[in-house]
Parts: sequence; structure tokens; C-alpha cells
Amino acid sequence: MKEIFKALGNVVIKMPQGFYVTFKHLFKKPVTLDYPRKKKPMAPRYRGKHYLERYDDGTERCVCCGLCAAACPADAIYMEPEETEKGERKARVYEINLLRCIFCGFCEEACPEEAIFLGQEYEFSADDRNKFIWTKEDMLVPHPRKDNPFKKILRRVRKVYGTPEATR
Amino acid sequence: MAIEEKDLHINMGPQHPSTHGVLRVELNVDGETVVRAKPVIGYLHTGIEKTMESKLYYKAIPCTDRMDYLAPMSNNLGYCLAVEKLMDIEVPDKVKWARVCLAELTRLNSHLVWLGTHALDLGAMSMLLYAFREREMILDIYEACAGQRMMSTYIRIGGLAKELPSDFDKRVRQIIKEIPDRIDDYETLLTNNQIFINRTKNVAVISAEDAINWSLSGPMLRGSGIKHDLRKDNPYSGYENFDFEVPIGRNGDAYDRYLIRLEEMRQSLRIIEQCLDGMPEGPFRAHVPGVVLPPKEDVLHKMESMIFHFKIITEGFPAPKGAVYAGIESPKGELGFYIQGDGSNKPARVRVRPPSFINLAALPALTEGHLFSDVVCAIGSIDIVLGEVDR
Repeated sequence: MKEIFKALGNVVIKMPQGFYVTFKHLFKKPVTLDYPRKKKPMAPRYRGKHYLERYDDGTERCVCCGLCAAACPADAIYMEPEETEKGERKARVYEINLLRCIFCGFCEEACPEEAIFLGQEYEFSADDRNKFIWTKEDMLVPHPRKDNPFKKILRRVRKVYGTPEATR
Repeated sequence: MAIEEKDLHINMGPQHPSTHGVLRVELNVDGETVVRAKPVIGYLHTGIEKTMESKLYYKAIPCTDRMDYLAPMSNNLGYCLAVEKLMDIEVPDKVKWARVCLAELTRLNSHLVWLGTHALDLGAMSMLLYAFREREMILDIYEACAGQRMMSTYIRIGGLAKELPSDFDKRVRQIIKEIPDRIDDYETLLTNNQIFINRTKNVAVISAEDAINWSLSGPMLRGSGIKHDLRKDNPYSGYENFDFEVPIGRNGDAYDRYLIRLEEMRQSLRIIEQCLDGMPEGPFRAHVPGVVLPPKEDVLHKMESMIFHFKIITEGFPAPKGAVYAGIESPKGELGFYIQGDGSNKPARVRVRPPSFINLAALPALTEGHLFSDVVCAIGSIDIVLGEVDR
């Protein structure tokens, strides 16, 4: 008998309180986004599509040392080196296979030349499997570019991965 | 002609919305009563343990994210603690505090998803929407810390991957401020909801003795009234410095486990607050040359650091011979990593003690002899993630 009264109390008193909670939300601003039209700004550290940086004069920073390929847990990076006219080493072929890449960011962490970064872009669907293999041309930032955010990125990245004062 | 009386054999899953992934349950039912329930697993088997054996120690961290994808930081933490134990690395205080903070955020994250999906299984649609709304705040913090919302790979051997973001404190305090009210809202919706009570009270009951015999852990064990929590009983990563309660249930039914998880969320918030208040200053990585990566600035300017950087990334580090086991209290129960080192730079054997898998094994004990419709409630209240069950 006691159980029944308790249940009745729940239905008559407690459940309308629950209805009130859902009713309240009628007057709240929706938290959802109208996605393809409106986009959420990604965090500065977001690990999206890779890009390769250049020096200010337009030469590539990447020296094809292969450390990113060594760090890659998914073995998604392939590269072949060549020599420039000046006798410097650079990448002839630099490919990232998106179908293997897991966007862990180990390449960015490993790069000793601060050449590869994971950017903000996250929409890269395609209709052909071959389009998922990004070549160097796909990833290099355009030169000359209008703005020069590289110094800003560099400051951020160095802070993120630790300054000498922070680790001693 | 007489019809032979036989149990009805029913396949539940692997494509069933309430089996939380690709779980298949073979059910024999006699009318409405379950005679036999047999969980069939393996549909999501990816061989993660074996993959980890072919990777360098630090490269296996992304594999751990993909087991219990609702609690990535706990998995990272468990693996890194095991490797640190094997390598005998002591991490700085700040790392410990930050790890505890992130692990508790993960607990909130996992419990929120559990709450939403469990309530949805039992017919409460709005809970799912509310729980995912709150989870979004936590995922935003993951994104600010690590750069990804789910596959964070943030905790590394000997420290963290990156420095904590500058607005970490502010964002987490926002969560501490907002979520208690939201939990109260959930309680208003469910705790005294007669429909929810009827569907969960005295359903999927497991006694304390059975819970121990099935070697259950986490809320499944505590729901039966056994006060066992690795954070209290075998503190790791500095949990002994925090003040919190371990809630226990009385009846061992689905309703008690629901109450426990809600209370755990409140206790997690308490721990997080203590973490933020007492967060020590210091480095975010231990200084162990040859094992832990040196800071990036040094790599660019100092030859010695650069050599270590190259060596660690290309060759990893050799771990001593021997076996270690490190267990942590993940949101779902005791998550353990057993790692066997053979002196090379890759583990000889990695074995995970997944809480979901072992808790799921008790499904027959929870459902046999009970009503068919309670199977959904039983699976929901175990809180499984199939990525972890199958690995």
C-alpha cells in the first residue's frame, strides 16, 4: 500500500517537475549550429589538414629528414629527397596518405625544422581515392602570401611544446 | 498434430540500437522470460593489443585512445602509468595534478554519455540531448588541450603532450559552475520518475557475492554495496591527496547503479575543483634524457637535445626486462595494463584488462530468469563500449 502511495506521489508531484525542466528549454536559445552554413571556430591547437611552411623568401622549410615519417604511428608519410642547385636538401616527393593518417599530431611534434603543422581545416571529403593522397603541392602554403602569420604560429608552437625554462 | 514445446531463439544485435554498438546477444526465451542469454562478441575486433606490440612504446598511445573512445584520457593514463612503472620514471607534481583533472573530466564525459544513452534506451529522449549538450563543454576542453575532441592522445610517457592551454583554468571552472545544476535537472527528470523507477528498480540485480565472483568492478561492483575504488584502495597519480567520497549502493540493481554514477559525477567535480585550486607550478614533462622528449625550443638550438629528439623518435627507448601491471579506476571500472618488456624498444606483450569486457561477462547472471524487456536495461546499466570489449 505504501509503495502505491509513493508511486502515486511520484506521478502527481514529481513527474510534473520533470516536465517543467523540459518545458523551460522551450525558451532557451538552441545550442545546435546550422552546420554547413555556420561553422564553429576550431581551437588553435586543432589537428586538421596538414600544411607545409616556407621561409620568408619562399623556400621550403622541409629538409626531408624523415623524422615525421619515423614518428608516424600509421606509416602514412612517404618522402624522397633531392638536392637543390645550392646543394641544399629538400623533398622531391612528399606525400601524406589521408586514408591512413589518424591525425595524432606526432609529425608536428617531431619536426625539427618546424615545417609541418596540422591546420584548422577538417572538411576534405572527395569522390576519388587518389584525391586522398596529398602531395607537397597540396600542402605547401602559397607564396607570396598576403598575411604572414608564421611568426605567430611559431611563437604558439614553441610555447605549446615547451620552452627551456618550463622544463628545467 | 502436437506442436513441440521449445524455447524461442532470438538474436539481439549485432545491429540493434540498444546493444550500444555491435554486441550480439543470443537469447532463448520461454514466453516473456529469458532462459539463456549469451553475449557474442568479436564484431569489432581490431587486434589493438597485438598492434601495440609492433609499435614503439610511445607510438602505442594512439592505439589506447581507440579502445574506450568515450574515455580516451583514462586509457592514455593507464598505459602511460604502466610504461612509467616499467621505466621507473617519476613525473612532476603538476603532471600528476593535470592528469587527475583530465581523468575526472573523462569520467564526467563517459558518465554523461552513459546517462544519455541509458535513459534513451528506457524511453527518455530529452536526457540524451541534455547529456550531449553538457558533454560538448568537456570535449571543447579536450580540443583546447590536445587538438582533438575524442582521440586526444594527450597524456604521454613522462608527462603531457603539450602545455595546458592558458584558459584551461577558466574553462574548467565554468564546468564546475554549470554542471551541478544540470545534474540536479537530470535528477528531477529521472530519479523520481515512476516510469524510470519501474524499469530500473529491482531489475538486473546482482548480489555482492556474485559481483565479486564475476570479478566486476566500477559502478557495477559498488552498486552491490562493496566499497572498492582503486582511487582510494590503491592510489595512483596522486589521488591520495584529494578528498572525495566513494558512493555505494544497496540493492545492486540498475537504479542503484544510476544513482552511483550521478553521485560519482558530483564527486568528480569536487576532485576537479581541488585540482584547480592546488595545481602546482612546474614543468609539464619529466626531465629524463633519452626517454622523454626534450622541449622543442632546445631541439632547435641545442645539439644534445636534438640528438635525443631524433633518437627517441626514430628508435624509441629500450625498456628493461620484466613485467608490470598498472590498474586505474576508469569510468567503467578497473582498467589495467599489463606490459612485458624484453629489453628492446617494443613491448613483448601488452594485455589490457578491459572493464567493459569483464562486466559484460556477467550479463547472463543479470538477465537469466528475468523478463525479456529487461535485457535492454541490463546491457545499458553495465555501461559497455564495444571498442573496449573487442579491442
